[in-house]
Amino acid sequence: MPRNILITGANGGLGLAIAQAFLSDSPENHLWLGVRANRDGASALAASAPDRIHLVELDVTDAISWESAVKAIIDSSGSLDVLVNNAGHHQDSLLAMMSDDAWRSVLDTGLTGVFFGCRAVSRVMMGQRQGRIINISSLSALLAPAGQANYAAAKAGVLGLTQSFSKEVARAGVTVNSICPGYIDTAALAEMNPEQRQAAQARVPMRRFGKPEEVAAAVVFLASPAAAYITGSTLKIDGGLF
Amino acid sequence: MDALKQQIRELMVTELMLPMGPETIATDDLLFSPEGLALDSVDALQLVVALEKKFGLKLADSEAARTALHSIDTIAAAIAANQTE
Repeated sequence: MPRNILITGANGGLGLAIAQAFLSDSPENHLWLGVRANRDGASALAASAPDRIHLVELDVTDAISWESAVKAIIDSSGSLDVLVNNAGHHQDSLLAMMSDDAWRSVLDTGLTGVFFGCRAVSRVMMGQRQGRIINISSLSALLAPAGQANYAAAKAGVLGLTQSFSKEVARAGVTVNSICPGYIDTAALAEMNPEQRQAAQARVPMRRFGKPEEVAAAVVFLASPAAAYITGSTLKIDGGLF
Repeated sequence: MDALKQQIRELMVTELMLPMGPETIATDDLLFSPEGLALDSVDALQLVVALEKKFGLKLADSEAARTALHSIDTIAAAIAANQTE
């Protein structure tokens, strides 16, 4: 049966890896990539399978944008089976020096965006009596490193939202889970200099960073029939770091 | 109206997975009272979604839901009013 899958933050390294993994998982997977200004990566991927990948305008911090995106998918395809809330960004600073904007923008994208997304798809998925929501949190939700009060709060908030919401929709056949990636080799880590990379890798028991595909594989699993009884869970993917 | 109430009964048993037969629910049983069916807020949300899907009844906010979802009688009245609008 065809499945319609919406991925937010789909232009980033992890978003693209998740999209690629769903694409390879089944020819019946149809992808809707939520994009804003930056869309080069998503456009290139869409060009590789234009009949199965669609770009959809989505500002995750705007509830109306969510309603329009979900409506566009339902009008065009009739169902929305999987939502991957992957959009997020960090703006690190010690709390004493953190600007209002750094706090608000990270919370808006990382937590409020997930709330808007879950709310926008909730009635659709409950009406279908099936749906899968996978929220990409972060190991920062559990480790809460110095300099990430905003990001850690947003990502820890996602874990709470996931657990609470999962209980509300469980009877309707909808599962909601979170994933906490540790150090994953994406553009976010490219900001590190070689010494920082080495030091970070030394802290990981597996002595290496994770690959985006290793997170994407877990997302595909949580969206699969094999994961039907898993809900409200947090899966950390961190090479043993936490 | 009786046919509509029977449809609502059956919808409730199926959608809310109630451990009882439709015929055991009286149309004036209170849905959320411990003396009635003792449904909870999650059941209410599921019922709202199911009623919209099957009968086109839109209960936009919790106030509208509270008014309509007393019993099968009040749900049937809300659907009938909605269909004549």
